[in-house]
Amino acid sequence: MMRGLRQLIWLELKIFVREPMGVIGTVGVPVLIFVVLSRLLGEEELSASDAPRFASVDLPIFVAVLIALNAVLSLVTIVTIYREGGILKRLRATPLRSYTILTAHVIVKLLFTAVTLALMILAGRRYFPLDAEIPLLSFTLALLFSTVSVLSLGFLIASIVPTARFAQPIASVILYPMFGLSGLFVPVNELPPVLQAVARALPLTYAVSLLRGVWHGAGWSAHGMDVAALALLFLAFTVISARVFRWE
Amino acid sequence: MAPQPVVHVSAIRKAYGATVAVDDVSFDVHEGEIFGLIGPNGAGKTTTMECVEGLRATDRGIISVLGLDPTRDVYALQERIGVQLQEAQLQKRIKVREAVALWASLYGSPVDGDRLIEQLGLGDKRNAWFMTLSGGQKQRLFIALALINDPELVFLDELTTGLDPQARRAIWDLVRGIRERGKTVFLTTHLMEEAERLCDRVAIIDHGRIIDIGPPAELVRRHCPERTVIVETEDSAASERFRALPQVRSVEARGAQLTIRGLGNDLVTQVIQCLAEHRIRVFDFRTELPTLEDVFIRLTGHTIRD
Repeated sequence: MMRGLRQLIWLELKIFVREPMGVIGTVGVPVLIFVVLSRLLGEEELSASDAPRFASVDLPIFVAVLIALNAVLSLVTIVTIYREGGILKRLRATPLRSYTILTAHVIVKLLFTAVTLALMILAGRRYFPLDAEIPLLSFTLALLFSTVSVLSLGFLIASIVPTARFAQPIASVILYPMFGLSGLFVPVNELPPVLQAVARALPLTYAVSLLRGVWHGAGWSAHGMDVAALALLFLAFTVISARVFRWE
Repeated sequence: MAPQPVVHVSAIRKAYGATVAVDDVSFDVHEGEIFGLIGPNGAGKTTTMECVEGLRATDRGIISVLGLDPTRDVYALQERIGVQLQEAQLQKRIKVREAVALWASLYGSPVDGDRLIEQLGLGDKRNAWFMTLSGGQKQRLFIALALINDPELVFLDELTTGLDPQARRAIWDLVRGIRERGKTVFLTTHLMEEAERLCDRVAIIDHGRIIDIGPPAELVRRHCPERTVIVETEDSAASERFRALPQVRSVEARGAQLTIRGLGNDLVTQVIQCLAEHRIRVFDFRTELPTLEDVFIRLTGHTIRD
């Protein structure tokens, strides 16, 4: 049924690693940002009595979301380049099913998301000692689940991007405001009503809420709404993408 | 009963919005032949071929490929055909042997990939990235990918476009090799020389319509009966003697060179007999036959590069 999926995933992983800039961008940059910010804010926290919430509490969430957004940016770029170069079309003229090709790319992105998260945890051990308090496995699963939902939005973006040259700017224009409205910087219910409505239609809002909850030890059951919303948005984006996605 | 054609196309039509790309196109491709769809860029060659491959749906008409309906049975068909697409690319950093291995993993009973790489002259490039290959090497890799499943029918779309003459000739030999293995080849080209040298039969297409179908030599005979013989002689009576021949239309003299024009296949024989009969001494003798390019201009009123 998914003939060639394993081969395609393995191949795309190897090809991705052969491009140093891509690896640095998707894996290196979030880890670096995390380490630098941890160091800066960590010192500040020691001196100030009322530590800024952002520094100590939300930094892991911030970087986790950054990892997810990076995965989406990278997916949009790759899909548009593959489409423009006729690679998608060439693959489609084989017994490879269309959904196998796209699934392979999603899995590759998820693998890199997991790797980046692992590196971040390793690099951040000094600032966030790994104790039993933080449910790492749950957090990883929450991040992967959120990434899948945001990646489906990525396919929708990839469908409307006219050429590979516009992939990065158009994706940024959509993704970064979503980042801003996600509740990470300003609580969603403090936003103006219009922006609140926008925020509630975007997957990142629920991703942040879920990640934050899981990081602080809340169970998945406490975030059933977030999980349901992420799943619903994933389905909606996937259905729309399947209709409007262009292969050439 | 005549054998069933490998490809049967009947009155297909395909429009993109208001633009009709292919209109009322019909043709058959027979087993074991190299069939060429020839015409200028934008004539509808690729659209027609992609409909036959099952990559595009037609608006109207019937297509049958190896007895299958290419839109309905596309996955069954893909097992039995090999496809090379126009201007296709692969991942920039995929290695030759990785691409061949990936393709091999997709089919039920692939041929030996390493041997295929050798046969197509890519042995020393097996670990090279796709982006580092020359145009000719890329096309040879695409031929390898099209042959990996040992297909009965191979599609080649503008295979030699952008290649230098030497690489082009090497590719032609490979295509003849595919036919010698008993496979049927369906190709498109806008190069008349390529069609003339490679194809057993061609269909000329222009503005989405088929103008004529047949073996290249037959099309030339049918549409361009003009024959030209050029001789060089100092015999002052020669000109008059040629003019007296029944099939000669005109004789043009430029110094010692006479250009004799006429109609029909017998012209050359008549000129030779005339030379022998009158013991005309010549320094040079050559004939100029019309080509598929001339047929194309005759049929469409414009050159293929328009």
